[in-house]
Amino acid sequence: MVKKLIKRGYALLVYLFLYLPIFLLILYSFNDSKYRGSWSGFTLRWYKELFKDRTIVAALYNTFAIAILSALIATIIGTISAIAIHKMSPRWKMTFMNVTYLPVMNPDIVIGISLLALFVALKMHLGFFTILLGHITFNTPYVILAVLPKLKHLNPYLEEAALDLGATPMQAFFKVVLPEIMPGVVTGGLLAFTLSLDDFMVSFFTTGSGVNTLSIKVYSMTKLGVSPKINALSTLLFIGVLSLFVLLQSREKNIKE
Amino acid sequence: MKKKWLSIPYALWALIFSIAPLVIIAVYSFCSRSPYGKIIYKFTFEHYRKFMEPIYLNVLWRSLLLAMISTVVCLLVGYPMAMIISKASLKKRNILMMLFVLPLWTNFLLRTYAWMVLLRDQGPINQLLLSLGIIDEPLKLLYNTGAVTLGMVYNFIPFMVLPVYSVLAKMDECLIEAAKDLGATSTQVFLKITLPLSMPGVVSGIIMVFMPAVSTFVISDLLGGGQTILLGNLIQNQFLVARNWQFGSAISMIMMVLIVIAMTISSKYKSEDGGGLW
Amino acid sequence: MKRIVLLMVVCMLMVGVVGCGQGKTNEQGYYDKLNVYNWGDYIEPAVLEDFEKEYGIKINYENYATNEEMFAKIQAGGTDYDVIFPSEYMIEAMMNEGLLQELDFKNLPNYKNIGDQFKNIAYDPDNKYSVPYFWGTMGIVYNTKKVDGKIDSWDALWDEKYKGDIVMIDSVRDTVGITLKKLGYSLNTRNMDELEKAKEALIKQKPLVKAYEVDAYKDMMISGEAAMSLAWSGDAMLLIDENPDLAYTIPKEGTNLWFDAIAVPTTSKHKKEAELFINYMMRPEVAAKCAAYVKYATANTEAMNLLPREDVENELAYPKGDLFEKGEVFIDLGEFTTEYDRIWTEIKVH
Repeated sequence: MVKKLIKRGYALLVYLFLYLPIFLLILYSFNDSKYRGSWSGFTLRWYKELFKDRTIVAALYNTFAIAILSALIATIIGTISAIAIHKMSPRWKMTFMNVTYLPVMNPDIVIGISLLALFVALKMHLGFFTILLGHITFNTPYVILAVLPKLKHLNPYLEEAALDLGATPMQAFFKVVLPEIMPGVVTGGLLAFTLSLDDFMVSFFTTGSGVNTLSIKVYSMTKLGVSPKINALSTLLFIGVLSLFVLLQSREKNIKE
Repeated sequence: MKKKWLSIPYALWALIFSIAPLVIIAVYSFCSRSPYGKIIYKFTFEHYRKFMEPIYLNVLWRSLLLAMISTVVCLLVGYPMAMIISKASLKKRNILMMLFVLPLWTNFLLRTYAWMVLLRDQGPINQLLLSLGIIDEPLKLLYNTGAVTLGMVYNFIPFMVLPVYSVLAKMDECLIEAAKDLGATSTQVFLKITLPLSMPGVVSGIIMVFMPAVSTFVISDLLGGGQTILLGNLIQNQFLVARNWQFGSAISMIMMVLIVIAMTISSKYKSEDGGGLW
Repeated sequence: MKRIVLLMVVCMLMVGVVGCGQGKTNEQGYYDKLNVYNWGDYIEPAVLEDFEKEYGIKINYENYATNEEMFAKIQAGGTDYDVIFPSEYMIEAMMNEGLLQELDFKNLPNYKNIGDQFKNIAYDPDNKYSVPYFWGTMGIVYNTKKVDGKIDSWDALWDEKYKGDIVMIDSVRDTVGITLKKLGYSLNTRNMDELEKAKEALIKQKPLVKAYEVDAYKDMMISGEAAMSLAWSGDAMLLIDENPDLAYTIPKEGTNLWFDAIAVPTTSKHKKEAELFINYMMRPEVAAKCAAYVKYATANTEAMNLLPREDVENELAYPKGDLFEKGEVFIDLGEFTTEYDRIWTEIKVH
């Protein structure tokens, strides 16, 4: 009994540690005072100012556009490559896997500066497109790593059977293989989306004139001085994530029932 | 094999965007520098030699130390947490785990910024302590190494709990029961069975916390107030302020070598598939 | 479900392509995008909006924290900034590196509004590459409630009494510069001994320093979280307006007198629009709006007439008499810049 209580208490403390800062940010987003830490009245004006701030809205748009696009492209390239890698001879497999691990194991900052060096050397225009390229680069390996185990567990005769029964290779892939490995593809895609959403380093180094993502915007805002607009932004983002979470949970329940 | 050509797009992509950039960085790290920072293609070992000066070695040492401390704290706090979650009922387990990952979905910069607000002289922690009369003057919580360590632990602890949990959740309960039946105490069970079996997860966790911790510059920048310079800050500064890409590249190369060494050592403790993220 | 996903993808792709697409020429014959790269808090935001409305050019506005950061970004390439706001020594450096475009003064009739004393200063002798924007000094801003008596010397920043309450500026030339002044040297010194002494002084000061910041020091001063900070004159005026407990002083050892100007870097592909913007910025009413907002001393004499008298007559913001006697102007140090970078890194990592 005591043991259980200790466990509960411990878990509670850890969750408190995780969530306290977020909840305080939410609370402060309604605080009227800009500079002082103390409470000086309820207000919604930071939310109004947030949406008036064109650069923040643009940053939000860029963040989601890059996250969705890079996750999609990475999922497509990653799934195709995983299938190719799966069928390779062990020696080629090794080479490819090492290359795949490169962006996973390389620190973000090295990926960022090395891509900057590449883009500058190629005289490319830094901006939305270069950030997107960077994100696809570090996202694709995660998709490959998520899809490969599913391919390993896939019954190889399924595809052959489909082909024998007269399916074209395309049909066999879309009707037989893809549904089987779908969980891995979805996991990989979601992972890519999350990583892209959360990225700061790669975007920070590969961005150019005036293209911000949310992370870059927050970074420059903290440098320029603390604005409660950031608190309002965190609140909205957190509520968004939370409702997505609740939605997923209830959907899962529905499926089970 | 027919499907080999399928790997061509990715091979090209990796060649251009993963390998070529690293080659460029490697080349730059041996190039000379013009007074205003232009790259001159003349071989020099100068930048590596420069890194061997005591002040830079000191930065290296401090980065390693801080990353190690954060990793250890993450392990000590995260392991019991992973155990508690893995012992919960199946339904609860998923929710508890999701709750652990949820903060990861809010932006990394925002999470770090939250601590800036909390630790300020006039932040809630100081306000609370002041109003309770525990302290007379605000504690200086922000802008020191402690704040940086805290920021690292806060941001990276899910990366420790996740892999450890996934190993523990897959562990065969029968083993533990068998050990108990044979008269092992719970301490013995933990030391002889749970811990050794969870090693792959622990190793993954250590790598996943240590790596971002050793290379970050945001956490030290925001929570350290420009006082704590780590390897990441040094690289960022060389690229974006001091216009010394060559030296920045050299530091990056050194960091990569260190990580390769760390990976080789840790891979000995890791089975091929075990302890993955998923 | 599938269809919805597909639709989303198509939309995203389309908007993505449009989003990163190129601008085009608008009805007034101007290219409709202008990338402005400026210091943080260094313009009245409404001025940008007015410009957009008047000319139908969308301004892409971005901030930098230090001259060095801006220089590094421009030099690296891959960007297309059209208008920048460098300080005098940085103009010199950028001219030497061929990173600035020569201005066409036919397109800048409002240049006549700039005070003669700000024209043709040593950093850009014939004003070929830049037009003056703001000028000012550097000093100490301090909280009279936390500091006993008046401060009149840089030594206050080294006072053990204020351990953990002192904020310094995270910018090499500024912080090293005032340290050299404190020690009685030129802030453009190329003497290694003097530079080493400045380094030692700053290392000695480090335990007293709360943080090295650029713009964030303003919050710390307003909220009373720090006792004193190195500050630029205009920022200090702004801070005093927000928090009346604050005071600004220009230490007796002398200080840095600085001039910030507007220039067009070689990254710009739209010099015509950039010059249009610069000319707009020199309109007396626009310059006055900016000066009223950021509180720095404007170099636009016509604008001064439009400003509140107490602003213009404030000697802390607009020092009277021979300017060059009160402060020393930074000059570009060429190759020697590397040494400054080196000692700054050594201070920061110590």
